[in-house]
Amino acid sequence: MSFVEYGDTIKDGDTAIVFLGHESMFPVKVQHGTVTQTKYGVIRHSTDLIGKKYGSKVTCSKGGWVFILHPTPELWTMNLPHRTQILYSTDISIITMMLELKPGSIVCESGTGSGSLSHALIRTVAPTGHLYTVEFHQQRAEKAREEFREHRVEHLVTVTNQDVCKNGFGVSNIADAVFLDIPSPWEAIGHAKSALKAEGGRICSFSPCIEQVQRTCLAMEEYGFTEINTLEILLRVYNVRTISLQIPDLGKAAEDNSSTGFDSSSPSHQGSPCTNLQQGTVQFKSGVPLREVVGHTGYLTFATKS
Amino acid sequence: AMESGPGARIREGDCAVLKRDEVFKAVSVLRRRKIIFEKQWFYLDNAIGHIYGTTFEVTSGGNLQPKQGVEETTTETKEAGTDNRNIVDDGKSQKLTHDDIKALKDKGIKGQEIVQQLIENSTTFRDKTEFAQDKYIKKKKKKYEAVITIVKPSTRILSTMYYAREPGKINHLRYDTLAQMLTLGNIHAGNKMIVMETCSGLVLGAVMERMGGYGSIIQMYPGGGPVRAATSCFGFPKAFFDNLHEFPLSKVQSLLSGTLTTETLPADSEDNALVEEESNGLAEEKQPSLQETEEEPTTETAMEINPTEEQDTMDIIAEDGEFKENKEKENKENVREKQMKQWERRKKLLEAAALLREKNADGLIVASKFHPTPLLLSLLEFVAPSRPFVVYCQYKEPLLECYTKLRERGGVINLKLSETWLRNYQVLPDRSHPKLTMSGGGGYLLSGITVVLDKGKPDCSNSEALKMEEPSSKRCKLQDLPC
Repeated sequence: MSFVEYGDTIKDGDTAIVFLGHESMFPVKVQHGTVTQTKYGVIRHSTDLIGKKYGSKVTCSKGGWVFILHPTPELWTMNLPHRTQILYSTDISIITMMLELKPGSIVCESGTGSGSLSHALIRTVAPTGHLYTVEFHQQRAEKAREEFREHRVEHLVTVTNQDVCKNGFGVSNIADAVFLDIPSPWEAIGHAKSALKAEGGRICSFSPCIEQVQRTCLAMEEYGFTEINTLEILLRVYNVRTISLQIPDLGKAAEDNSSTGFDSSSPSHQGSPCTNLQQGTVQFKSGVPLREVVGHTGYLTFATKS
Repeated sequence: AMESGPGARIREGDCAVLKRDEVFKAVSVLRRRKIIFEKQWFYLDNAIGHIYGTTFEVTSGGNLQPKQGVEETTTETKEAGTDNRNIVDDGKSQKLTHDDIKALKDKGIKGQEIVQQLIENSTTFRDKTEFAQDKYIKKKKKKYEAVITIVKPSTRILSTMYYAREPGKINHLRYDTLAQMLTLGNIHAGNKMIVMETCSGLVLGAVMERMGGYGSIIQMYPGGGPVRAATSCFGFPKAFFDNLHEFPLSKVQSLLSGTLTTETLPADSEDNALVEEESNGLAEEKQPSLQETEEEPTTETAMEINPTEEQDTMDIIAEDGEFKENKEKENKENVREKQMKQWERRKKLLEAAALLREKNADGLIVASKFHPTPLLLSLLEFVAPSRPFVVYCQYKEPLLECYTKLRERGGVINLKLSETWLRNYQVLPDRSHPKLTMSGGGGYLLSGITVVLDKGKPDCSNSEALKMEEPSSKRCKLQDLPC
């Protein structure tokens, strides 16, 4: 396994994802002799994991079971240890497409943060591309390097510990795309421009506040970027539920025995055929929105170097 | 290998995309071929050899000329008003008549100069606020300074173009939804992907772009053959197509039950299928829309399509050399040729069937006009465990049913039904706000991950499935019944 190549069976040294149930999962470093505690019991790596097929069901010591999944950047994003606020797959998806990333792309990123986007970028540019990622926090930079090594992608990424606003990305005129997620992106636009290839490079800046966006757009214009475009994207998840609604008792007309209006047994009754006259309910399937959803992550500004 | 030099150059035969502000149009780069775009007629000849991304002006002769530099119309502080309380819109503030303007245009006066003339001849211009003046100038520039940029096709460009121009051809798949599919599906180099789409080949092209020519793709298709009109616009190198296979949906059941024969192929009149494929690139594709037949109302959006414009997104001439016309005189050769073609098709079918039979695909992408449930239930059989799948549907309801059926089937986890909400912004000093119009909906996605399917013993009883998959809804027990 690696984050850029699928494998079939679990091997010693792999990072695997243990899936317990609805949005309950965690990553695990597969190692001979190790055990992992779960609420369903213990998982013994040597017997329960190593050699098993990814996607297998593993029964834990207490009898409950889990699934072992092959890691992907998306699963990693949902389970990685946060050192900073991270980008989630919704934003990552549109960033990847709007920066026109693909195998072979050279991309620069700052800040590395917790490596959420980094893993996704590495996956997309593999096997012939490269990610140059800059992080000004020394420990975070080191932790990122460590993770890339563990995930067997270190050959595709270079982590540099410096301040991108002062010292840039460490490369010039070769990047197909640059991504900025820093407090003052307008200070790095010049460096971004010099890192980008001569023509047609793409840039993206992510900022939570509109004031940051305004300054960044101005800087992009000053540096001659074109096609400047700002957008935001939000995910709306629906829970699939069968809903039962009661039919209200509207009583009966004086002599007439037939019910008025809402006759749930008539063929013209619209919607679901699942009526239950005995209980006086109507059933239907619905995609129910969540009670609380993410209302904002940040604004994404894209532009092209001309 | 990707070109990382000083930018790719426009070559004859390329599929290029013309861009003006937010309007795109894909065209074939051919000499001496008149192109219509945004109310202008011109030839692309002069563009050949220039780098993609170059901006051109249309000369009076209908030729393209690279735009020199970036001129700014007078930025010196002009006289301006404070608000519009005294400005009356009686349609009489512009002193130049239509004829005057036409005369200027005919004289060959540059657009920039025409805009200047309009400003000088507007009685209300100096009363407008600075912002209103800005807006006025932008509007006039847009109308009279016709600049066209020629850009290299990519998923970003083509998906935006199709969504704006011909959403019906792509089942109203909005570009951000497509972006989600590519990421949720973990599309990357080296995968063995199964793709089923009726989006003119746009989704296939997007998948191919993210795979970079590595790995393999099996495209499932309805009817006689896959439509790949959009795919050809990406400009992929030939090698990318070496590992692109196709397999007819009509043979899926027999493949699954082990009774596949090659006796009746869906397109034994392959000439028909191939001709159909080409003509779909030529003329408007008449996709029988069983859902709705009403026209898309043209609204004033940032990506407005002028209603008087021709409807075609593509101006592509059929490739020559590959499809010979059958002449009665050459019967014998025709028969032999037909036999060769049939043999080729059978060979390819068996190759694709063998790949599918391995049941180890790394992912499944579905984006079609068909009801998703039967597609998912059958095509998932070909996917390895612990691999993602993503299904797109223009409507939510079929995905509700699909979700339920998948739960009953088992062998999938992490099912998620979602849509993305997208908003574009205008960012200007003191004038930043969301844009005035936005897309009402971009379709829905159902995604999940496969796991080893326990056949024989009941995979999960419903209640167990509930334990694993559904959140325990502690409230609202009266109303909600988890599926």
